[in-house]
Amino acid sequence: MNLIIKGGYVYDPINKVNGEKMDIYIKDGKIVEELPEHKAKVIDASGMVVMPGGVDLHSHIAGSKINLGRLLRPEDHRKDPVPRTRVTRAGVGYSCPSTYIAGYRYAQMGYTTVMEPAMPPLGARHVHEELNDTPIVDKSAYPLFGNNYFVLKYVREGDLEMLKAFIAWLMRATRGYAIKIVNPGGVESWKWGKNVDGLDDTVEGFDVTPRQIITSLARANEELGLPHTIHLHCNNLGVPGNYQTTLETMRAVEDVKPKEGRENTLHIVHCQFNALAGDSWATLRSGAPEIAKYVNSHRHVTLDLGQVIFTDTTTMTGDGPWQFRLYNLTGNKWVNSDVEMEAGAGVVPYTFRKKNPVNAIQWAIGLELALLIYDPWRVYMTTDHPNGGPFTFYPKVIAWLMSRKARTDTMLEIHRAAMRKTTLADIYREYDFYEIAITTRAAPAKVLGLGEKGHLGPGADGDVAIYDINPTEWRPSMYREVEKAFSRAKYTIKGGEIVVVDGEVVSTPLGKTYWVDVEIPEDLEGELMKDLEEGFRNYYTISLSNYPVEDAYLPVQRRVEVVGWR
Amino acid sequence: MPVYRSVVCPFCGCLCDDLEITVEDNRIVKVRNGCAISTSKFLHHHENRVENPLIDGKPVALEEAVKEAAEILKSARRPLIYGLSSTECGAIAKAIELAELIGGVVDNTASVCHGPTILALQTLGESKCTLGTVRNRADLIIYWGCNPLEAHIRHLTRYSAMARGLYTSGGRKDRYVVAVDVRETRMKRVADLFLKVNPGGDYELLSALRAVVRGYGLDVDEVSGVPRDVILELAERMKKSRFGAIFFGLGLTQSEGRHMNIEAAIGLVADLNHHTKFVLIPMRGHYNVAGANTVTTWQTGYPYAVDFSRGYPRYNPGEYTAVDLLARGEADAALIIASDPAAHLPYKAARRLAEIPTIVLDPKRSMTSMISRVVIPTAAAGIEAEGTAYRMDGIPIRLKKLMEPPEGVLPDAEVLSLIIEEVMR
Repeated sequence: MNLIIKGGYVYDPINKVNGEKMDIYIKDGKIVEELPEHKAKVIDASGMVVMPGGVDLHSHIAGSKINLGRLLRPEDHRKDPVPRTRVTRAGVGYSCPSTYIAGYRYAQMGYTTVMEPAMPPLGARHVHEELNDTPIVDKSAYPLFGNNYFVLKYVREGDLEMLKAFIAWLMRATRGYAIKIVNPGGVESWKWGKNVDGLDDTVEGFDVTPRQIITSLARANEELGLPHTIHLHCNNLGVPGNYQTTLETMRAVEDVKPKEGRENTLHIVHCQFNALAGDSWATLRSGAPEIAKYVNSHRHVTLDLGQVIFTDTTTMTGDGPWQFRLYNLTGNKWVNSDVEMEAGAGVVPYTFRKKNPVNAIQWAIGLELALLIYDPWRVYMTTDHPNGGPFTFYPKVIAWLMSRKARTDTMLEIHRAAMRKTTLADIYREYDFYEIAITTRAAPAKVLGLGEKGHLGPGADGDVAIYDINPTEWRPSMYREVEKAFSRAKYTIKGGEIVVVDGEVVSTPLGKTYWVDVEIPEDLEGELMKDLEEGFRNYYTISLSNYPVEDAYLPVQRRVEVVGWR
Repeated sequence: MPVYRSVVCPFCGCLCDDLEITVEDNRIVKVRNGCAISTSKFLHHHENRVENPLIDGKPVALEEAVKEAAEILKSARRPLIYGLSSTECGAIAKAIELAELIGGVVDNTASVCHGPTILALQTLGESKCTLGTVRNRADLIIYWGCNPLEAHIRHLTRYSAMARGLYTSGGRKDRYVVAVDVRETRMKRVADLFLKVNPGGDYELLSALRAVVRGYGLDVDEVSGVPRDVILELAERMKKSRFGAIFFGLGLTQSEGRHMNIEAAIGLVADLNHHTKFVLIPMRGHYNVAGANTVTTWQTGYPYAVDFSRGYPRYNPGEYTAVDLLARGEADAALIIASDPAAHLPYKAARRLAEIPTIVLDPKRSMTSMISRVVIPTAAAGIEAEGTAYRMDGIPIRLKKLMEPPEGVLPDAEVLSLIIEEVMR
């Protein structure tokens, strides 16, 4: 079906279109220059906002971790049952939505691409099976590298070539998209019930430091030229004073040379949780200004927010020792799950409370990061779903970013620590629709290296979101309207197909799964396979030949070819 | 003569994936590396098959059987779909879709084995790991209410007591092994310490251990038949271990106390994590019962006992579990997939199955097939059909297809798709 989206106010930052009234044409699933009107269905978007489909680069929607969250929390599901309709499956929502519901709800908000950011390689099939049951959106998953036995081994040996070969092999074996690192070294030490306390601590049993792991992986990533940078969950997450670890981490990769055509070499995830200043929970304050200052003067860092929402949610990370800490802080139920040779994970339910000073400060930190970093191309809106809060609250975050009044109204309801221990009240900046389009689609698509996403120029995927709000009449004081409009897209179009009308799902195509394929030079691969065979025989519990994910798990796939060795 | 290597065994939750299987004239003639159960399963695979789709015991065409099945399910008011632990995940997904479509209840065999484990997890959480982590690190292993020597035969050598790994190159020598059971099983011969606990005394013993770990004394001479000194010593050993693991089975989940027993174990393990690293791992029985829970959870939010009668999933073990639904005389039709409830459920529940129109999908004849209105033969997953299975620790593994199923026989997932199409017609 061909489509013409007529008369909307278009926000397409990659093509420098800022709220101009123009028509968008889609033919065979792709954006084209122009189409004759009689050959297409016309959507009247006059008086509305038109943007590329939303791109979320960090949301835990598939795999063993979120599924443990689902398993753990029947009480969460009972708040939000979702019945079957003529076109959609039944399920549950709230903080750990079932797969179908996650796909529908992203589409209902105008999102068309979502990345699962933590795939334990041994559980890769599980992630892909769930992604296949997550309809509409395009997706990918980032395998975990930061505590992998072979990574630690090659880092210890200082063998960057073998590290690169292993990265290429594991990307293919797991059908993964980017290098995810979670608390490098700390998760390995956690297998002995320990952790690392900073960049220069030694990893139990391996004689390497987190600093070595991060810089080696960053270097390997850039030398291979993978589409995304390393995707890093820093050490010391959730520990007061950790903004210094975060700054140190950013400094550690300053001299890593980015791949050709980009300036950045490091993405810091859910930075809010890693921007805490103070020596204890009692003296906690925001470290966001220091981080923003650094980011504003250094081009090699990007980050996403991990914005806190005041609600009951479920925290889940690959950071086992942090989740144990959170369990001890809260006394809530606790799941720990260690994965042999590779990774770990933990799940703890958590409620962010308005009257809790720590939570109030955390809430403010996320927004400070978004507002104090001047370049929206390098700071992306996320809630680290479901850690800071469910992704369904994105429209609320958009309202906070676009309206100081929205922030003030919230600040008046919450603990005064948000006023006293952060700079949020002094910040008058308000995002406009153009900047929202940058931080929620254009910039994440760009940093992921997804050329066909995040914009509406010819050749882009026909992924479009239309929101029923008139940007020429809107004022920041009307923030509830922007929240409403972004909650339920007037239309969502995915690959040229109308999937949402008036906030309701009308069709449920299966999106594609992106993965990165790097060819390994033959001699290097031979050497790697020898190592792998030995490692698998001696330490793994499944055969090497049964490890790689088969094509059957990617019914609709998009292979991104990368030339890693020239 | 094709020899298949790295074959995954579709029998128990160990999902050993290093079998070598020789197939000759579409028959399995040789099995290497398999345990006694596995070898027997493969070698006798061709025996006792359901040869034809049946309605009331009479052979019919597949289309007819599918039509009859769809008719039964459509006209039922409280249809139950049950089983699913011995088939691959694609079939499980289809069964859930069908349950949703007909507004039925979908339950899997976890409700009669590790259901209480899941209830305890939903109350407290759990500290667990994959089997390789135990292989590589554990220096203290406790088997509680389980007997892997007879039920998960290669567990000890591949994954636990005897396995050699990264920090356990000495294998059995590097470990202290404890077995706890109500009677002396063969595990006594393997263990360094065997504790004979009084029947129904597990909760007490676990709680006593937990109290000692927390620093309290014991002012009794024995707890549940275990002397105080032994408890004190074991608690000390647990705290001093470098990496401890407790494996537990139905001796804990299905005896007096049920989910309370598991809660006591979870609490003990959580407390031990303040001293060292400790994990708790259920010994899942059927090879894909973990997969049945996993798929049901990602599709509905709940692991078993899911009711779709209101159009959205509801979860209530004890109400929507197969045994209860049948024993109350509430289910008025049943679709059984890859399971034999007529042989295993309590009498009242099994009798109800015989009273109502029951449909069974199974490669083999079973007690259930004998009392079923409709019987549809299917290809055996892991032998005649591919698919995913989840190991007891949640690791997904691809099952292999080694040979063609008998002519006209389809995998479970495909038969379920046909029934779904027919119901939607």
